[in-house]
Amino acid sequence: MTDQTHLFIPADNTDKTLPKSTGRLKGLPDAVSGWLLSLPLALVLLFFLVLPIAMIVVVSFWGATEFSIYPAFQFDNYQFLLTSPVTYQVFLNTVKYALITWAITLVLGFTIAYFLAFHVRSLTWQIVLFLLCTIPFWTSNIIRMISWIPFLGRNGIANSTLISMGVIDEPLEWLLFSDFSVILAFVHLYTLFMVVPIFNTMMRIDKSLIEAAYDNGASGFQTLTNVIIPLTKPGIMIGSIFVVTLVMGDFITVRFMSGSQKANVGRLISNDIALLQYPSAAATAVILLITVILVIAILLRFVDIRKEL
Amino acid sequence: MTKKLTEKGISRRSILKGGAAATGAALGSGAITGFPTIWAQNIKDVTLRQFGTGVSNLNEVAQKVKEDLGFTLEMTALDSDAVTQRAATQPDSFDIADIEYWICKKVWPTGNLQAMDTTKIKNYDKIVGIFKSGKLTPESTIAQGTAPHTVGFVDGPDGKTFATEETGWMTLIPTIYNADTLGIRPDLIGRPIESWTELLNPEFKGKASILDISSIGIMDAAMVCEAMGEIQYGDKGNMTREEIDKTMAIFTEAKKNGQFRAFWKTFDESVNLMASGEVIIQSMWSPAITAVKSRGIPCVYQPLKEGYRSWGGGIGLSKSLSGLELEAAYEYINWYLDGWVGGFLMRQGYYSAVPETSKNHMDENEWGYWFEGKEATGDITNPFGDVLAKAGETRDGGSFLERMGAVACWNAVMDENQYMVRKWNEFIAA
Repeated sequence: MTDQTHLFIPADNTDKTLPKSTGRLKGLPDAVSGWLLSLPLALVLLFFLVLPIAMIVVVSFWGATEFSIYPAFQFDNYQFLLTSPVTYQVFLNTVKYALITWAITLVLGFTIAYFLAFHVRSLTWQIVLFLLCTIPFWTSNIIRMISWIPFLGRNGIANSTLISMGVIDEPLEWLLFSDFSVILAFVHLYTLFMVVPIFNTMMRIDKSLIEAAYDNGASGFQTLTNVIIPLTKPGIMIGSIFVVTLVMGDFITVRFMSGSQKANVGRLISNDIALLQYPSAAATAVILLITVILVIAILLRFVDIRKEL
Repeated sequence: MTKKLTEKGISRRSILKGGAAATGAALGSGAITGFPTIWAQNIKDVTLRQFGTGVSNLNEVAQKVKEDLGFTLEMTALDSDAVTQRAATQPDSFDIADIEYWICKKVWPTGNLQAMDTTKIKNYDKIVGIFKSGKLTPESTIAQGTAPHTVGFVDGPDGKTFATEETGWMTLIPTIYNADTLGIRPDLIGRPIESWTELLNPEFKGKASILDISSIGIMDAAMVCEAMGEIQYGDKGNMTREEIDKTMAIFTEAKKNGQFRAFWKTFDESVNLMASGEVIIQSMWSPAITAVKSRGIPCVYQPLKEGYRSWGGGIGLSKSLSGLELEAAYEYINWYLDGWVGGFLMRQGYYSAVPETSKNHMDENEWGYWFEGKEATGDITNPFGDVLAKAGETRDGGSFLERMGAVACWNAVMDENQYMVRKWNEFIAA
């Protein structure tokens, strides 16, 4: 019980003064009230998370015709999926997008959060600049993505600017409908998901720790690697989980920004659904889910988020 | 993109305003007559829900239905795949399905649609031969693929399999159709294009595109491979596994060599690719060409010597439609074939299932340009008022009979459809 409540203690530890019995309903033993309190969330998760996933797993063994799906227990969908070289290529591509995007958003996100948390002195400016970061989210993902297309195109603003500056003679073809444009859009769309949790953990770092490091003669870089980064780990991890899962599941960005030339797993699933091949889509989704869970399990081995929070 | 949306918004709004004013005026003067039926009073309460692809599911049509027939038609525009999905899996979500004939082959066996009694269709006799016997003129040969007449009839009101000839029970009432070909940017190509082979010509490396809707894309690919002399198909619309493999191998190699700039799935995407100059040759639809042209950018719907790949659309009725709603639906179909919609669609470059009634709703210049392939005698505008051609210009592909007479194959659903879809996905992912 104490271990669990620990999760919800804010960083400044002011709640030591709270009475011990806040979590207990009057007249009920601790165990019962604990179960009752967790019941609503458990039910919500059961109906909106566990049941749908169970359904997807079940359907992944079903069969399909041109216009219908029928209950069965067969391994056809998995067999086709796991024996096609395209599947491996596409999964590899998905992981590639996730890794590159993760690395770039991490560097960007950390830098931005660091600037906001440690260089901007007044709280007002911190809030103003932070809100500035969220402005792109006032419009939809698709619009933000599509607006890159005229910019990067063969006769787009980027190319015509570079040509008029004399940097290049021929328009750069790889700016649009390439891995470059896909990753650019991913970074644009998802960097904020890295900034927010990192900024959040950085704000909780006790400033006196940094002063202590400074007083003990640590250089700026040493303070960064020995104090700030270790204390920011939970934020980095939460941000990483956000970015990795979002990129691995995103199919719209890949479709639009690669001009349908590239594929990731999400696109395989969306193609299957479009062609009424629900069981095949479900099988692909199950494999994707397993992959994502594995990736997150690996991430969590590096940091115990429960302990760090 | 934003600019385009705004323009669209303005023109739609002004059209709606104009329409509303016209309705008001017509009502005021008592001009609306001619539909005196017993249920004329309560039909106003009827709402029919129609869905289909963006090419024909236009708010202008719904507006005109309200004016002429009095009931409400709710339009939903989706892409081809979504249309198939909805027709197959959500039978209660629509009353009228505006689908394509090749989709009918997938959807009809689900039993979500009901056959239509042709005796209730006033203009049935005037529907062009393609949809009844498969022949445009008595001498014409029937093209390959899923020709509309092969999925146009069933044996009776509850028939599950398609009949081979006219039976009096139609699956879909044909509404629009067209012969598709490649679209090109003449200003950026600068030489005549005559054959489907040009799509894979290395001269256009990185500047070609094809659509990513497997059932249609594979047909375009087949037209190209056949024109190259690489493959002789038994029936392009019903390939063997070996033919599918060969076709996709040729296209995959071209893709790996960087022939394609992008693949498109929706109408708007194809317009943007062409208008921005990203692509200068691609498979394209007729109204997409007119959309590029109306931005003042030259674009040609290039007739090719191997002929056209054709498609047809029609209206199907939901199984659950009955009583007053069913009567209203028949009234709607009769109205549809009566010519106003035909004229509207023909100004976009499509053909009406009953051309002769559309003639009453077009002026002589328009009819000559769109249907007879004559030189325009004055400005030709699309239904939204944009000028598409000036006096002296002729329609690419010539007259109705020349165009529809040169159809090489119809969009199709093959026996090996599932195999083809998998191969197509591999091509896209390769």
